[in-house]
Amino acid sequence: MADTLTTKRAMPRRALIGWIALHVIIVVGAAVMFFPFLWTLITSISPGAGLGVTPSLVPENPSLEAYVRLFSELPFLRIVGNSLLLAVITTLVQLFTSTTAAYAFSRLPFRGRGVVFAVYLATMMIPLQVLIVPLFVELKTFGLLNTYLGALLPTFASAFGIFLIRQAINQVPRELDEAATLDGAGHFRIFWTIVLPNIKPALATLTVFAFMGSWNSFLWPLVVLRKPELQTLPIALAGLQGQYTTEWDIIMAGSVVSILPMLAIYIFAQKYVIQGVAASGIK
Amino acid sequence: MVAAAWISLQKWNLISPMEFIGIGNYANLLSDPETSEVFLHTVYYIVGYLPLVYIGGLALALALNTALKGRSFLRGIYFLPVVTSWIVVALVWRWLLNPSNGIVNTVLAFFGIAGPGWWSDPVWAMPSIILASAWKDLGFVMVILLAGLQAISPDLYDAAKVDGAGWWRRLTSVTLPLLSPSTFFVLIISLINGFQVFDQVYAMTGGGPNGASEVVVQRIYDLTFRYGAAGEASALSWMLFIVILAITLIQVRGQRRWVNYG
Repeated sequence: MADTLTTKRAMPRRALIGWIALHVIIVVGAAVMFFPFLWTLITSISPGAGLGVTPSLVPENPSLEAYVRLFSELPFLRIVGNSLLLAVITTLVQLFTSTTAAYAFSRLPFRGRGVVFAVYLATMMIPLQVLIVPLFVELKTFGLLNTYLGALLPTFASAFGIFLIRQAINQVPRELDEAATLDGAGHFRIFWTIVLPNIKPALATLTVFAFMGSWNSFLWPLVVLRKPELQTLPIALAGLQGQYTTEWDIIMAGSVVSILPMLAIYIFAQKYVIQGVAASGIK
Repeated sequence: MVAAAWISLQKWNLISPMEFIGIGNYANLLSDPETSEVFLHTVYYIVGYLPLVYIGGLALALALNTALKGRSFLRGIYFLPVVTSWIVVALVWRWLLNPSNGIVNTVLAFFGIAGPGWWSDPVWAMPSIILASAWKDLGFVMVILLAGLQAISPDLYDAAKVDGAGWWRRLTSVTLPLLSPSTFFVLIISLINGFQVFDQVYAMTGGGPNGASEVVVQRIYDLTFRYGAAGEASALSWMLFIVILAITLIQVRGQRRWVNYG
């Protein structure tokens, strides 16, 4: 009798301890995951950090000196502008190419559509690294080295984008198209007034991913944009290391400048980012 | 692709005219010990990185799949590094793992442990890169696996509980088999990305010290732009592509054995 009593009471207690332990572990884990961001911010406002100095958790003389130096000693405003320009154009162009191509793959029954779709995706899944030398040569031949256009060209079509948007368009009921066709609407009207308004979440996901891909891209801009005034943020950041070897406050200030826009977009569109990743995992 | 194949048969430094040397570049690469070194380093990276992100991501996904307070906020925090660029990740970790006054070694010193030289030490350079990469990608793997977990019907767990299956048994007999499509996706993506690892290596160690963390793509970049050996770089690109293709095909073939599309 006594035995059953204790086990009955012990069970919820064990479950409770497990529940608390789970919370503690997951919250501590999140703190550990977040700490590098916090440390970056702290370092960036602790002047003199790095020259044999580890900043303290609460900066003694917080100042924005590192940011001031960053923007005055380097063409950093121009660099941020370059990144922004490339990211915005990439995003707009990808939205256009992905939606139109996906519409064709979803709604226009042409011969060999499946094969074309497969080949299209396959060619775009070839890693950039394999193509870097011939692409470089091609750009050089056309005089596109050190131009924005050269940096942009390979980003204009995205396999991920076409795939994502096609999945979304396939979900739009075809009855809507048919009703519109009866009303005399052509493909353009159907695309613009029926399909696009019905795939807004997918469009949001693609917008975030296209922007993020461009904002964070490194290898291709590194190869194409070799003039200092054309550099994008990631390349300028990699360069900061050579210039300010031990002045970690400046390097971290540059990192903060690079993180902030993505962070803003992420907070705003977190749902779509996570949905996009989750959707890519489910075939 | 065809152009890459053509260039790979030439001796060329990007500037002077090409000189056809047939398979000479491939022969050079195969006899150069550097080539096997960079492939070995790349495999070392993958072998260190993959279990770390998979087990970590799975543990997080399982934990966040329970009725946890503030779940979406926590998920947001774990996912944050995913949207950060590799260069920033590399710089931040270079600073965290700074041998002389980085925070990690400072904390270790507080406990009386002499921290290693991390990225400045040939032995610790690759583990440093693996650590930073796992930190960045953990949230990505977590979200993929979480989506997979949420597709598993709760009825199955109830049935398993009725049969007296404990937590571990439910994990190995219900969760993992039904999660295999997501696991497969993570595996494929990680292997493809792993063989192409470059950004974080370039910014964290530049392949150093003394080539200790030089990976395949870093080598392709160096051959092209540092040593003026574009032909050899193209040949190496092709070798990398064939390796990635072969491994992906083997995976796709092998999936029937263990991936369960129920």
